[in-house]
Amino acid sequence: MALAAGATFFSAQTAEAADKTLTIYTYESFTADWGPGAKVKAAFEKTCGCTVNYVAVTDGVALLSRLKLEGTGTKADVVLGLDTNLIDEAKDTGLFDASGVDTSTLKVPGGFKDDVFVPYDYGHFAVIYDTQTIKNPPKSMKDLVEGDPNQKIVIEDPRTSTPGLGLLLWVKSIYGDKSADAWAKLKGRILTVTPGWSEAYDLFTKGEAPMVLSYTTSPAYHMIEDKTDRYQAAAFSEGHYIQIEVAGLIKASPNKDLARDFLKFMISTGFQDIIPTSNWMMPVSATSEPLPDAFSKLVVPSKTFLMSPADVDKNRKAWIDEWLTATSGN
Amino acid sequence: MILTAPERRCAISGGTFSLGSIALFVGIAVLVLLSAGIESGGNTSLTDPYLLRILRFTLLQAVLSTLLSIVLAIPVARALARQPRFPGRLWLIRLMAVPMGLPVLIGALGLLGIWGRQGLLNQALSALGLSQPVSIYGLAGILLAHVFFNMPLACRLMLAGLERVPAEYWLVAGGLGMRPISVFRFIEWPILRGLILGIAGLIFMLCATSFTLVLILGGGPAATTLEVAIYQALRFDFDPGRAVMLSLLQIVVTLLVLGAMTLFRAPDDHGLTGGRTLRRIDGQEMAARCVDAALLAGATLFLGMPLASVVVTGLEANLFKLVSQPIFLQAAVTSLAIALAAGLLAVLISFAIIHARSVISADRRKSLGLHGLAIALGASSSLILLVPPIVLATGWFLALRPFGDPSRFAAILIIVINALMALPFVIRVIEPAYTVHVSRTGRLAASLGLHGIARLRMVDWPGLRKPLFTALSFAMALSLGDLGAVALFGSDSLMTLPWLVYSKLGSYRTNDADGYALILGLVCLLLTIAGTAGQGATDDESRRND
Repeated sequence: MALAAGATFFSAQTAEAADKTLTIYTYESFTADWGPGAKVKAAFEKTCGCTVNYVAVTDGVALLSRLKLEGTGTKADVVLGLDTNLIDEAKDTGLFDASGVDTSTLKVPGGFKDDVFVPYDYGHFAVIYDTQTIKNPPKSMKDLVEGDPNQKIVIEDPRTSTPGLGLLLWVKSIYGDKSADAWAKLKGRILTVTPGWSEAYDLFTKGEAPMVLSYTTSPAYHMIEDKTDRYQAAAFSEGHYIQIEVAGLIKASPNKDLARDFLKFMISTGFQDIIPTSNWMMPVSATSEPLPDAFSKLVVPSKTFLMSPADVDKNRKAWIDEWLTATSGN
Repeated sequence: MILTAPERRCAISGGTFSLGSIALFVGIAVLVLLSAGIESGGNTSLTDPYLLRILRFTLLQAVLSTLLSIVLAIPVARALARQPRFPGRLWLIRLMAVPMGLPVLIGALGLLGIWGRQGLLNQALSALGLSQPVSIYGLAGILLAHVFFNMPLACRLMLAGLERVPAEYWLVAGGLGMRPISVFRFIEWPILRGLILGIAGLIFMLCATSFTLVLILGGGPAATTLEVAIYQALRFDFDPGRAVMLSLLQIVVTLLVLGAMTLFRAPDDHGLTGGRTLRRIDGQEMAARCVDAALLAGATLFLGMPLASVVVTGLEANLFKLVSQPIFLQAAVTSLAIALAAGLLAVLISFAIIHARSVISADRRKSLGLHGLAIALGASSSLILLVPPIVLATGWFLALRPFGDPSRFAAILIIVINALMALPFVIRVIEPAYTVHVSRTGRLAASLGLHGIARLRMVDWPGLRKPLFTALSFAMALSLGDLGAVALFGSDSLMTLPWLVYSKLGSYRTNDADGYALILGLVCLLLTIAGTAGQGATDDESRRND
């Protein structure tokens, strides 16, 4: 009762104050001054006659938790930065509405289609290695699993991070029922398991381990910003698992038309041009100019793995338990 | 302590009010989460084998970390106490506060700079022709990191105790010609014994709730603590019911351990003395000086090298550019404002609690109720170590949701949570000094008829100013390094320094992150300098009385 009363009070308040302000919930690295946020805001504000207001949390998982916490009282009009593994849970909140955006022309590997969430960029998970220490990088997941245990890799924890979950699903896609065995073999190669991507990648660049789980696009950052070819992605013959980032609109938003305009804007060149060199992910549709050279040197996976969000949602707990058992024994 | 009846009532009600506020703040968060958990129909089995395993590991690493920190801190604290004058002593003591204020990830990276696979140690080993790197991942890494973070804390608290040994003791010891071993047995050990259980309890709880360090250095799922399970339940599964159940489990287990420890608590005994602090006259023989020098050099290296590694990597960043960015200024101002508010609040609450306890303990025929109140006051300060900040933050987020956008209250919540986090430290800094101060000045002040504001101004403030400032700097350093509470509420409008470090890391900008980490470490050092100004140096006496 109290919650419902609070919600009405609250939406009334938003409606009053919502004189053409679009509130976008997103993750921190999107709005940081080096991220795409500021440019996106400027580009969209030119056309919409509105003000874009970001609310940023740490990452996609925190974004979903925040929505669950706020429930119907959320101030968001648009939520930008969930990934396909989270969208089943996101839909369960009942907060989202169909996007009404035609996504049929988008080029997203793995054939992702959804009428609620609009994909805006993607990246394939990949093992990034240091060419100064590794001369023969693994050429397949099998190589990684069965390779020299003295060449260590840092991975992320699937209980606390989306890349960690990505690796779990990747191994599952390749090994299926034999995943537990694969993890038990890989275990000796794992230097450590970090809570999130930042910690893992920092250990890697500090030289603690010659390999890390990241994205095929990571080398582009080093080539363009650091002017170095030192860090490269290993192409795996079985194929790579993909992470697709999506945005959706909130059902109760008083600015739904504006929110829809923004979702449409997200798949136009105005938005897609900004993504590659600020969010370091691949665009989902054509950009007005070709991507920088570095992008042509990136690994293009021969095959893309993507599980349905429903399968991920249904099995996540069991698969994490399997991972825990396989990697925690002595 | 001799007080007038209104003063006594005032002290007790102040303590009760503080206790009530803490209980209310923690209680509301837990209750709201519990009801949200029941609403969502969460079913949590506490007998799950996974849970038992992580519980066992949590306790094992916490007990070992605590033992090591304490055992190593004793000789170092003793050496510092025995050698009150050597160049750089004060700086060593100040340096000991820096690990507290560093976000754990930064501390861990500093440690890896020395002990890691590419660290100084392994580089030296490979230069000697040994190829196999020494690996610090696994239990050894966790213990190393916990000792790095907690041994200095234990050391500082023990040193404070040793420095309060009345001058008369040293006169007698000198007169009797006591050997160092007797000095330790009859003077130092009784003091340390009284402190150790409290310090050990504090460190045990810090290690039991350790999370990032355990995950990074533990090597994998075999090393996981309950805190990870709580974090996961809230953040990834959003299962508030499970999070609260796990927190309750943590509280029960930790309380059992702490309860067992208090059975061995030594009685506090502070003699009435003239209040003179006299420089120690022992420890000046050649052998003792050599031993102490070796000990202190070892401790300095152990502590200083990882910090130096943070400095070296930090200097590779373009510090000037980093500092001149508006986002840095915003983060620095926010962090300092939050830290100052949290620090002041922590000192205020601590003082109210200590004052009330002291008044109650002076009451010879206290009622059962008062007795219970004293115990509750003693326990209240540790509550926060048992209920993780993320549980408090989430609970309050849910509680405030009906009143509008919860992130509007974010700053206030972070301040309160940080203040509570600092409470156990602050109390351990102020309480011993307060007890000694009261035993030295209480009767005299009463006989002179000094009461209320006058006594506060003429007796208490000059006598307690130093520990109060030290406590404030402790609390502020702790708040500066905190990431937990902010992570949930974070929005553009509330950017703190640790969050800036993490957000730089999250976008490949590790150099920038190293630079900001160095700045954060320096701010902590500056705070400690402010907090320890005029402390330690005996020839400082004249300056202190200016």
